Amino acid sequence: MERNDCKHCCTKVDKLTVKIEDNTILDEISMHMHCNETTMLVGKNGAGKSTLVRAILNEVPYTGNISFSSKHNNSTKLTIGYVPQKIEIEASPMSVYDFIASVTGRGPVCFYKSKKQYAKIKEHLKEFGADSLIDKRICDLSGGQVQRVLIAAATMPYPELLIMDEPVSGIDASGKQEFYKLINEIKNTKDIAILIISHDFEYVRQYADKVVLINKKVLKSGTPEQVLTSSEFKNEFGMEVV
Amino acid sequence: MELIYNIIEFILPLEFMEYDFMKNALLAIFIISPLFGLVGSMIVNNKMSFFSDALGHSALTGIAIGAILGISNYSLSMVIFAVIFAILLNYIKNKKTASTDTIISVFSSVSIALGLVLLSKYGGINKYSQYLVGDILSVTASEILMLLIMLIITLLIWCKLSNELITISTDVSLARAKGIKVQVIENVFGVLIAVLVMLTIKWVGILLINALLILPAAAARNISGNMREYTIYSILFSLVAGFTGLILSYIFAVATGPTIVVISGIMYAVTFVFRKK
Repeated sequence: MERNDCKHCCTKVDKLTVKIEDNTILDEISMHMHCNETTMLVGKNGAGKSTLVRAILNEVPYTGNISFSSKHNNSTKLTIGYVPQKIEIEASPMSVYDFIASVTGRGPVCFYKSKKQYAKIKEHLKEFGADSLIDKRICDLSGGQVQRVLIAAATMPYPELLIMDEPVSGIDASGKQEFYKLINEIKNTKDIAILIISHDFEYVRQYADKVVLINKKVLKSGTPEQVLTSSEFKNEFGMEVV
Repeated sequence: MELIYNIIEFILPLEFMEYDFMKNALLAIFIISPLFGLVGSMIVNNKMSFFSDALGHSALTGIAIGAILGISNYSLSMVIFAVIFAILLNYIKNKKTASTDTIISVFSSVSIALGLVLLSKYGGINKYSQYLVGDILSVTASEILMLLIMLIITLLIWCKLSNELITISTDVSLARAKGIKVQVIENVFGVLIAVLVMLTIKWVGILLINALLILPAAAARNISGNMREYTIYSILFSLVAGFTGLILSYIFAVATGPTIVVISGIMYAVTFVFRKK
């Protein structure tokens, strides 16, 4: 994978407001997400982090603007890859191939396995060190392995913006470290902006390029250093992460 | 049709296969079983077994409305009512005002009660008791053709939408991010189940229809390592249970639908013992 400093693509969230009946969930949130940058979204439970993600995914109605610009190819259409916290695969016969092929391909996976598609998926899984899992049932995989599969599915093809909702919940410490290393690698080698909702401030400090602290509105945004040592952060969480 | 009858007699030179009604029933089983196996596999995969159960119950209201309006073919009123029922249920479910099982229970119980109220006033419940357990031996040649068309339509829908349905089953937000129109596809699938259930209920019965949809898929799920195995086992189990159920029910002079369900239940038990761990 070649390093490709883009930083010319930008997803702009401008004065995004979400109201449910008379209740304001998000109040004029503005933020920019650039390619080759990991933005981490932090905030207390109920601060509106998931709602913000759902608004960007166009799942909840909002006012304000979400725009995308790229100096690369004049594209204005934002493609999003989404990695959910977990997927519903309890006791499911679904294999890794089935999952990725059904998410990305056209031929019905419950009728036949396309050799071409299979080779393509295996090649893509290799980038995430997960090609050996292709025929395994997802329900038999560990938490860390499932995350790799989910990222592989979300990045086939690579989107402009990759969103992850608390991606490492339920994964042990070494798995978390590996996961963030992988994210870093994607960030450095692909023209892709990454947005992660995270509760692990230690990893936020290590791997975020930009941190946005929200509670209904943006309380503070900047480098991990600036946000994690700010009085706003201390007010929200009652502690500092140094 | 004559040619098909001759082929059946040639392949199955059994005494009771001389009767046309048995040949019709056999043909119907060979179409209904794979249909149920296929659709059932997706119902189980997408955790919609309560949904199809509720649809089965709504048949009573459909029959009652048909009886009141004086429609001679109740299938029409049943299908129209069930389609409205399915879309309305999906709509209210997506409002997320209560959990899905609660909303389905509300729809299910109200529709069965409404059907009974209407039938007791206008129709006479006893007249319609055949719908409770169904009778596969009553199927006619023209109805078999209709079932065949239903099978073809289902296969076409599968080629187009099964991947989307599988994606939706894993995570709705993920599906939306991939550009899948979740609500539209859920409605198409809901309507397909509604039409399938209503068109087959007089042979299968309100009480048993969901068992026939769910059991083969549940058994297949026990032993499958991927989605292709799952689909093919589900269809196969459904076919084997349907065929042996029809033959055994004739030999022992018992009701066909319940026999098929009992055989499916045994298959579930056996696959459970040998399930993939």
